[in-house]
Amino acid sequence: MFKILRREQIVPNMHLLEVGASFVAKKALPGQFVIVMTDEKSERIPLTISDWNQERGTITIVFMEVGTSTKKLANMKSGDYLYALLGPLGMPSEIENFGTVLCVGGCYGIGNIYPMARALKEKGNRVISMIEGRSKFLIYWEDRIKKVSDELMAVTRDGTTKYQGHVPEILRKMISDGKKIDRVVAIGCTFMMMIASETTRESGIKTIVALNPVMVDGTGMCGACRVSVGGSTRFACVDGPDFDGHQVDWEELFFRRAAYINEELDSLQKYECDVYP
Amino acid sequence: MEEKKEIPRFDDLKKEAQKEWRKELKKAIPVKERMKIPRQKMPEREHDVRNKDFFEVNLGLSPDQAVEEARRCLDCPNPFCVIGCPVAIDIPSFIKLIEIGKFSEAARKIKETNSLPAICGRVCPQESQCEVQCIVFKSTGVSVAIGNLERFVADWEREKEEILIPQLANPTGKRVAIVGAGPAGLTVAGELSKKGHSVTVFEALHKSGGVLAYGIPEFRLPKRILDAEVDYLKKLGVEILNNFVVGRTATIDDLKKEGYEAFFIGSGAGLPTFMNAEGENLNGIYSANEYLTRINLMRAFEFPNYDTPLPKGKRVAVIGGGNTAMDSVRSAKRLGAEWAAIVYRRTRKEMPARVEEVKHAEEEGIEFLFLTLPVKFIEDERGWVKEMECLRMELGEPDASGRRRPIPIKGSEFRIEVDLVINAVGTSPNPLIPQTTKGIEVGKWGTIKVDFNTMATSIEGIYAGGDIVRGGATVILAMGDGRMAAYSIDLYLKNKNSR
Ligand SMILES: Cc1cc2nc3c(=O)[nH]c(=O)nc-3n(C[C@H](O)[C@H](O)[C@H](O)COP(=O)(O)OP(=O)(O)OC[C@H]3O[C@@H](n4cnc5c(N)ncnc54)[C@H](O)[C@@H]3O)c2cc1C
Ligand SMILES: Cc1cc2nc3c(=O)[nH]c(=O)nc-3n(C[C@H](O)[C@H](O)[C@H](O)COP(=O)(O)OP(=O)(O)OC[C@H]3O[C@@H](n4cnc5c(N)ncnc54)[C@H](O)[C@@H]3O)c2cc1C
Ligand code: SF4
Ligand code: FES
Repeated sequence: MFKILRREQIVPNMHLLEVGASFVAKKALPGQFVIVMTDEKSERIPLTISDWNQERGTITIVFMEVGTSTKKLANMKSGDYLYALLGPLGMPSEIENFGTVLCVGGCYGIGNIYPMARALKEKGNRVISMIEGRSKFLIYWEDRIKKVSDELMAVTRDGTTKYQGHVPEILRKMISDGKKIDRVVAIGCTFMMMIASETTRESGIKTIVALNPVMVDGTGMCGACRVSVGGSTRFACVDGPDFDGHQVDWEELFFRRAAYINEELDSLQKYECDVYP
Repeated sequence: MEEKKEIPRFDDLKKEAQKEWRKELKKAIPVKERMKIPRQKMPEREHDVRNKDFFEVNLGLSPDQAVEEARRCLDCPNPFCVIGCPVAIDIPSFIKLIEIGKFSEAARKIKETNSLPAICGRVCPQESQCEVQCIVFKSTGVSVAIGNLERFVADWEREKEEILIPQLANPTGKRVAIVGAGPAGLTVAGELSKKGHSVTVFEALHKSGGVLAYGIPEFRLPKRILDAEVDYLKKLGVEILNNFVVGRTATIDDLKKEGYEAFFIGSGAGLPTFMNAEGENLNGIYSANEYLTRINLMRAFEFPNYDTPLPKGKRVAVIGGGNTAMDSVRSAKRLGAEWAAIVYRRTRKEMPARVEEVKHAEEEGIEFLFLTLPVKFIEDERGWVKEMECLRMELGEPDASGRRRPIPIKGSEFRIEVDLVINAVGTSPNPLIPQTTKGIEVGKWGTIKVDFNTMATSIEGIYAGGDIVRGGATVILAMGDGRMAAYSIDLYLKNKNSR
């Protein structure tokens, strides 16, 4: 049984969940994820482990409320139990001394880059973290991430933070200014990861993205999570989720992620009618 | 380890057959009369009703039918049927117990060597195992319905009487870890628990049963039957830890440190194979594992009452000719496909599926396209599959598997309109355990190497069996491996003690 010890909304639509899962906490490494089911009838959805505490035997997840599964999760309270939680899954991220690494996080990816930045910093990298949101009130964990970064850049579309615009514009400027970047790690929505990869393609800066295809089992058994990388088919749950952003077939990923749009809407409508009659 | 498998154990069988009641029963009806009795037909649901729901197709023999069928068995002095059975069930004994109406005793007889008879009675390919060896088959062409009888007594015991929980041996204080709650792992768990060892099964999925839970559909194997079997194991003291993936949540080495002294790996062959054909990752193209998992494990056929969505197709092509392909295509039909077809590159003769499944599929309105190989998938404007380009094949010389090799006919390309394609061309062993267990020897296809006399791997104290050592095999072979491994593990733990 996986007890929820803390569940709070950190910014609108973005929630934090701390769950008792001592086995997982013992083994978790940056870049890994868990598969979660809220109740017996739920989907199995993947969520990245954003933090863990071995002593308490807990893991922390940051998630965005989008459809039925994440809304169900958002409706859980501390003290409730999750029906299932499996992990840690996926290959841990490559953590080496690369030199200077730019960690880019958008929406749920802000939470996800925290353990990444921390591990990279511990390995001796110079870590620049770039976190993005529409407006300042949607940016979270600034303090936490600052602590594990040499530099923190908060980017907002409306300019309520120091950097106004989008990640790629600012990244492009950094590159043209000749700022030293040896590697980029980008986590967040598919579109952001794609354009971040496009931005670094010409300069050849290695760009790692954490792909988010639809998953079912998360153990390599079903093939739902397959993505084309460098012309071959890979399973994101066991070969990834990290891949070289310059090699990913983004168009295919977009199509595959959208496979259930109609069903997702039906499901959400039914759920909302059930919960808010 | 010197001792060999107890199979075929003809001596024991003969002793049983020499009992007075058996001799008398044998004399009661002459062989000629017995051979005249027609094979009892398994009652099934109407095909155009059953192909619209997921309720079981076969309804089971009635008690009268079972007794009548049991009379057909000649109680042979050399029962070849037993040789055909991978776990050497004492087939004549259990059948004769049915003939005298002792149904529950018959079930217990089977359970001496096979702890999942309600499952095996439903899914074993009897026609190529016990029934093909049956003397009645050899002389009349219609074998004794061993599988149907097995199913009958198992169902009888479960429904009519308390399931007997056997006496457990005194606790030995030894802990054994089992990876995977499929038929192989569950068998080892049951056997070792009976011998007094403390057993934990680690299972990645939230439900236990392996392929029985996520692959084989409800209409062939109702989940309540699987659940009853799993319950039985729990009553034997087996602990099952779901949501635990060995190699990730903890490795075998970690578990060793936790105090587990012996291991069994029954992690199956769950990695789907793709064909590397152009367009294979389009929306609407599924591996059979994903399609069946959505249906069976996640109950997507009840969407939106269950949250997992399901692709529905009007024109569904299933590629492959095994049980997995039959299960997929029959599921697609049940979910409302107007046209559902098997696309197979050889002919009916070479199809590895159980004969009964092929017959049922045909009755349910499934089409079969033989000698056809899909080579390319074509998308519509939304990125979904809309057509499949195929080549016609012809059969050449037999290959290594003994089956005639399919050869594409040049210039024979043609297209089939489809909106859902299910790829059931095969699976390979999941590589996670070999990857995370240092020094374990692996064969050419990623299977774990074992000594088949003991099921021991290259590492002391670690045993393996089922699909992870055989590639895609059968439920009963996985269970046979499990029995053998349990026997070896018990011996290993005892020797370890005295050392
Ligand atoms: C490895 C990995 C790590 C992830 N980490 C996080 C995280 O830390 N925080 C977070 O908020 N989100 C994360 N996601 C995305 C998260 O899994 C989806 O947002 C969630 O499944 C949506 O489910 P839903 O029912 O609420 O929304 P829906 O309305 O059903 O779906 C919204 C979109 O989410 C995607 N999606 C739907 N079902 C699945 C599924 N079973 N598996 C994967 N994607 C699906 C689809 O693209 C879909 O269009 C991660 C995804 C992956 C693959
Ligand atoms: C659709 C389908 C239909 C079939 N029909 C028939 C039939 O009619 N008759 C027949 O005899 N055979 C049939 N088979 C084959 C049969 O199901 C298999 O041979 C049998 O299930 C193999 O048993 P197993 O115990 O080796 O593995 P599996 O049944 O594959 O079980 C392995 C289990 O291990 C778990 N696991 C894997 N890795 C790990 C890990 N690292 N940690 C924890 N758990 C793990 C998996 O989640 C799974 O539950 C069919 C197979 C399929 C796919
Ligand atoms: S071979 Fe056939 S007839 Fe002979 S004992 Fe076995 S089932 Fe009975
Ligand atoms: S989610 Fe099933 S193989 Fe990756």
